Amino acid sequence: MAEIEIKNIAKSFGNYQALHNINLTIHDQEFMVLLGASGCGKSTLLRIIAGLETATSGEVWIGGRRIDHLSPKDRGIAMVFQNYAVFPHLTVFENIGFGLRMQKLPNAEVERRVHRTAELMHIEQLLKRYSGELSGGQRQRVAVARALAMEPDVILMDEPLSNLDALLRMEMRAELKGVLAESKTTAIYVTHDQVEAMSMADRISVMHQGRIAQNSSPVEVYRNPSEKFVAGFIGNPPMNFLPATEVSKGQWSVAGCQFSGPEAHSGAIDFAIRPEDLSPADTGIAAIAKVVEPLGAHLLVTCDVEGHLFRAVLDSDLALRAGDTIHLAPQQDRIRWFDQNTTQAICLS
Amino acid sequence: MADISQSRSSGRFVYMSGVVLLCAWVLVPLYFLLINTLSSPEAVNAFPKSFIPEFDLGSLTFFANFAGMLSALKNSIFVAAITMILSIVLGAPAGYALSRFEFRGKETFRFLILLTRAFPLPLLALPLAVMFIRTGIDDTIFGLALIHTTLALPFSVLITFSLFSGIPIELEEAAWTLGCTRLTAFTKVILPLVLPGITASAIFAFVISWNEVFAAAVLTIENRTLTAFLLQNLDTSPLHLKFAGGFILVVPALVFIFAVRKYLFAMWGIANR
Ligand SMILES: Nc1ncnc2c1ncn2[C@@H]1O[C@H](COP(=O)(O)OP(=O)(O)O)[C@@H](O)[C@H]1O
Ligand SMILES: [Mg+2]
Repeated sequence: MAEIEIKNIAKSFGNYQALHNINLTIHDQEFMVLLGASGCGKSTLLRIIAGLETATSGEVWIGGRRIDHLSPKDRGIAMVFQNYAVFPHLTVFENIGFGLRMQKLPNAEVERRVHRTAELMHIEQLLKRYSGELSGGQRQRVAVARALAMEPDVILMDEPLSNLDALLRMEMRAELKGVLAESKTTAIYVTHDQVEAMSMADRISVMHQGRIAQNSSPVEVYRNPSEKFVAGFIGNPPMNFLPATEVSKGQWSVAGCQFSGPEAHSGAIDFAIRPEDLSPADTGIAAIAKVVEPLGAHLLVTCDVEGHLFRAVLDSDLALRAGDTIHLAPQQDRIRWFDQNTTQAICLS
Repeated sequence: MADISQSRSSGRFVYMSGVVLLCAWVLVPLYFLLINTLSSPEAVNAFPKSFIPEFDLGSLTFFANFAGMLSALKNSIFVAAITMILSIVLGAPAGYALSRFEFRGKETFRFLILLTRAFPLPLLALPLAVMFIRTGIDDTIFGLALIHTTLALPFSVLITFSLFSGIPIELEEAAWTLGCTRLTAFTKVILPLVLPGITASAIFAFVISWNEVFAAAVLTIENRTLTAFLLQNLDTSPLHLKFAGGFILVVPALVFIFAVRKYLFAMWGIANR
């Protein structure tokens, strides 16, 4: 059992506060992805869990044991680094076996585990090589194998695929997910790539400026963003926002159309809809197409709605040219509302 | 087809002649040095030269029996060894600090290191001699080693700086997460990676000291190093003894570098990784 509990973790570098009061629980065998833009504090949080960085305040518990005062080697963790960190003076075999040798395991056991993890990562044929003789993808496999060979309670990965090219990244993504599910290890995976996060995660924690903005399943993060930042960050192209004005109780006017929205809300609110939840109709939001980009399966249309940027992903059969006016009808159950001041989502009860 | 293979073979010819030329550049003078060292005085002055040495050990025997020769050799080795140790013991930590820590005046510090080589030794020799006499370390092995360390230190700091900079901190961190303490991570990961470079930089310091003649000639009288000793005595010696003296100077440096060539190559290997 290796449940991770992060309690009130904060971290400052001098005057700069990189993490604000982080609370997070990662369940046993869960695959948790920390997702956020560069510089939001993902690595810092991961390194605090690993013991490579000390928190300014707060506690970290793994498997019911407080570990934030322990050195990295005593925490039952293994880590995979962005730049692989494969030891150049050791063979692949000795790299994978490095942690096992440090534990002074008998030779036969080291060999058994090295061969098993090498087989798992498909690098048996590379065991005698040095890191200088490996490609980036192969080095990444060695780094993962080295972490898995430790049979850790928790495996921590900091953007492990970001140095690989796109095709290899997609391939490794699926493979890594399979291997980790099989190993029954609790995993924390840091990435700035939302596709990676969506496809791998059991649960996503979206980070923003040293805080956790939302923490839920990939579908939930996508469908019901908890705040405007998440709505704008997740999804490509991101969610559309338009200001709404109240017409009557529960009825809101958005760019000349009426929608039923939250009842009795004080303060200005925004109407929000994902570009793919729009379809052309006779009536609906009137939009002037500015740029039309055929993407094969879809047509990405960038429009202007009363001076606001508005995107729609439409069927590629649609004959549409820049300058045309089009009426777009949103799918009713996909409409979301956000408070303009707090930027928080407004629940329709 | 014929064209291609022809141009390939002519390219190969140019390449091989380049290799032969470069080897000759280094080896021919050494070979003549060797021949003349192992020749009798008459053969040295004779012309045309024989390409086969006579194995006349007369000149070398002369040096072996020459008064003060052995103690000069011993002095040279001691001075070079102390220089080597001092420049690594002082230089490697400075190189590590420069590569791993941010501190105020870091750039100035790096500049100052280079600046130590800006003043020609002859300019400093007189004040240094006076200072050494005052402090009582004039004409000592240690005093001379201090000067040589000053000469070698900039190189060892800069070489070790680039060595440590070339080792990503993640390697150390990976070792910590894999069960190492700070100490074992250093000995199992960092040390094996920098050792070739440190060895190379130590040898470099040794050779700088071994070859240095000006400070050695000015600052020592009784405890002369080999270079200073030979400079003093060869001036007035016959030609065959000059050759033998040169041979005695060159060979140890060559042998030493040859013995650790593996480490020198390994250092470039790390740089190319
Ligand atoms: N050692 C450090 N010293 C000072 N500031 C740091 C240090 N490490 C990280 N930071 C700052 O903390 C913030 C978060 O960094 P990081 O956790 O690496 O972000 P991410 O991994 O999400 O890109 C950044 O603004 C970064 O500049
Ligand atoms: Mg990062």
